Amino acid sequence: MCNQTVSLVAAALEQQGISTVVVQLLRMVTERVRPPRALFVPFRHGYPLDSPNNPEKQRAVITAALNLLTDRSLKPPAIVDF
Amino acid sequence: MGSLKEFHLKYRLYLKAYRWRRIDPVPWAPLDKPLKGCRLALVSSAGMVTADQDPFDNFTRADDPDIREISSDVDVETLRETHRSDAFDHTGIRQDPNLAFPVDRLRELAEAGIIGSLNHRYFSLMGSVTAPAKLIKNSIPQVVPKLVRDQVDVALLIPV
Repeated sequence: MCNQTVSLVAAALEQQGISTVVVQLLRMVTERVRPPRALFVPFRHGYPLDSPNNPEKQRAVITAALNLLTDRSLKPPAIVDF
Repeated sequence: MGSLKEFHLKYRLYLKAYRWRRIDPVPWAPLDKPLKGCRLALVSSAGMVTADQDPFDNFTRADDPDIREISSDVDVETLRETHRSDAFDHTGIRQDPNLAFPVDRLRELAEAGIIGSLNHRYFSLMGSVTAPAKLIKNSIPQVVPKLVRDQVDVALLIPV
């Protein structure tokens, strides 16, 4: 449900001209809901940025997500694997 | 990971039968400047609240689509995780809220000049909204105009 919730917020922001990227934990949901830009991560629910108390790993996921914002090769809906 | 297999059977059956809300058409706002020139906002659905905010509703309502506004200079140690779902392991986000509400990580990226600036406010939801009509009608319209008014360029959205 969390995956759908953030995707719906992202779509509303994108409609108003704000570029968005969502982290996603369940590919089936991402494919059905279709947020504009999604970074699909191979972590279980509860662990969207990989590991607690591990700034380096958390930063790696965030950086990968932010990089989608400037990737001009992407077309909507874009799902990219971490 | 990333499949229904991680969930208990009752959730697997529910998620398989659930009618997901399809975004169609998919809106697209291409970014016309580098990240180092952008103002960023965070939206997380991990149910985080500050010390003086009410927790997300754990008992009386099946869904709580409300929104909490959280200052981007909040001390991460003061955040409380009040997500009501028992479908996932809460241990990690309780140990370190940055795992789903990464205020410290975003501060570091801004200080390093990778992100231009951080918006003064972020938004927190509890993501386990099974009937998203209220979210779409009531909650999302509270967030979007604020971020437009704040002249936010980009938003990072994190589920849990």
